[in-house]
Amino acid sequence: MPLHGNLRDFSATQVFNLINLSGRTGTLTIFEGIPTGEKDGMDKEKEAPGAEKAKVIFKTGKLVHALLSGQANDLIAVLNKAGKLTDQQATIMRDRAKGTGDKALAMRLIGANYVSQGDIVSSIQQFVLDVVYNLMSWHSGPFRFDDNSLPQEDRIYVPIDLENVIIEGARRLKKDEELLSAIPNLDVALKFPENPKEKFKGIHLSVEEWRVVSFVNPKNTIRAIAKANNMSDMEIRRIVYMLEQAGLVEIIAPAAGSASKSSSTSSRRAKAQQPIKKDVVSKLIDKIKSI
Amino acid sequence: MQTVKMVITGPFSSGKTEFIRSISEIEVVSTEREIKEDTAERSEKDQTTVAMDFGRITVDDDLVLYLFGTPGQRRFDFMWEILAEGMLGFIVMVDSTKPETFREAKSILETFRAYAPTPYVVAANKQDREDAWAPEDLRLALRIEPSVKLLPCVARDRESVRDVLLELLYTILEEMEMD
Repeated sequence: MPLHGNLRDFSATQVFNLINLSGRTGTLTIFEGIPTGEKDGMDKEKEAPGAEKAKVIFKTGKLVHALLSGQANDLIAVLNKAGKLTDQQATIMRDRAKGTGDKALAMRLIGANYVSQGDIVSSIQQFVLDVVYNLMSWHSGPFRFDDNSLPQEDRIYVPIDLENVIIEGARRLKKDEELLSAIPNLDVALKFPENPKEKFKGIHLSVEEWRVVSFVNPKNTIRAIAKANNMSDMEIRRIVYMLEQAGLVEIIAPAAGSASKSSSTSSRRAKAQQPIKKDVVSKLIDKIKSI
Repeated sequence: MQTVKMVITGPFSSGKTEFIRSISEIEVVSTEREIKEDTAERSEKDQTTVAMDFGRITVDDDLVLYLFGTPGQRRFDFMWEILAEGMLGFIVMVDSTKPETFREAKSILETFRAYAPTPYVVAANKQDREDAWAPEDLRLALRIEPSVKLLPCVARDRESVRDVLLELLYTILEEMEMD
C-alpha cells in the first residue's frame, strides 16, 4: 500500500527519514497541489494531487536518483550541468548517442577519455543532491511513496546515504531562512557604492557573481536580475547577500508599502498557530486513557 | 486523515526515546547512531538521536497522533525548529538524577516556547531512582512557574508516560477553553 500525504503535514525531511530508517525501496512522487475547496479537520484547505513535480528514487533506504519534472536528466544533461561536457559537446553527443542507454554511453565516454568513472559518479551525485535539496525547501504539495516501484529506465544509480543528506538539507534550510530574513524582498534594486573601483580591486568573483554585478543598476530589481540570469530566488539572494556583505553593492530600500514579504520562518509560526478543534483533543484524551 | 503532532524534547540522555518507545503502537523509528568522538557524552550512552525519533498512536481511521523526539545534543539543534513546526504541544523531559543538565533543560524549554506559543508540560524523569530530585525541588531549580505542570515520570513505564501525555492534553484543552 502506498504511503501518501502532504508536505505541509509531513515535511520532505521527515519522509526521507522514514524511508531511510525503514530501508525502503521505491519511488516518492511529489505533485502540484490542487485546492479542492474543502477543509480538513485542521481547517486547512485540502489538496488533490495534480501534475507531477518531482520523483525521488530509493533503494534499500538509500537515495539513488531524483529528478524534477520537465528537467533533462539523462547522463549527457547531468555531465553538461556539472561542466564535464561543454554545451557543444553535449549537443554532438546527444546526436550521436541517440537510443543509447546511460550505462552504455558512460562506457563509451570513459573509453574515449571524455570523462572518468569518478567524474560520472560525482556528477550524478551532485545532480541528485541539487534536486533533493531543492525539494526539501518545499512547504506543501501532495506526495505518494510507492513501495518497490522503480522506473524502468536505463539509468546509473549511485547510492547516497540519506542521513547525511537530511542533516545537510536541514542546515541549508536554516541558511536559506537567514537569507530570506536578510533579503526578504526581491523587488528592490542594487547600486554600486561611492567608490566601486577601489572596492572591486583584488576581488575574485565567480562567473555567477560577475553576471549579477553586470546587471547592477538602480533600474533593475533583484528579481529582474535573477530572471535575466536564469537564477532561482535563493541563488540570487545568496549572491546579492555576499556582494552586499563585501561592500560591493548596496541595496536600495524599497518604496514604502512594498517592503518585506513574510519569511518562511514567519509562515512557519503562522502554521504552528493554526487552530485545532476541541473534539480532536477530546478524542486524543479518550484514546490515551484507554491505553 | 488528520494528523496531530507532539514533540518530546529535553537534554541529552533525558529519556525522550524511551518515553516514545513506551507508548508508541509501532516500533519507534529512531535515528540513533553511534557517538563517534571520545566525549564525556560517550560514557552516558553509546548512541544518540541524530535527527528524530518517531512514534505513532492511531486514534481512529481519521485521526493519528505522531510523537516526535528531538535530538538531545546541541550540535543537532538545527533540527528542532523543523520538528516543532505545527506541533500541538510539547513535553520537556528532565533527568531528575542529573542536576548538571537542569540549566540545559531550561534553555531547551525557552527555545521551544519561542518557536510556538503551544502548551507544554515538564516531565521529571527517572523518578524510580533513589537519587532523583523530587518534582517540587526540580521546579525550584528550573524556576518553573507554578502554573506550569511539572509531572513525575518514569519513561520506561507505559502508565507513567500515559499520565504525562494526558496531562499535556488536559492543558491543551484548558487553554482552548480559555481562548
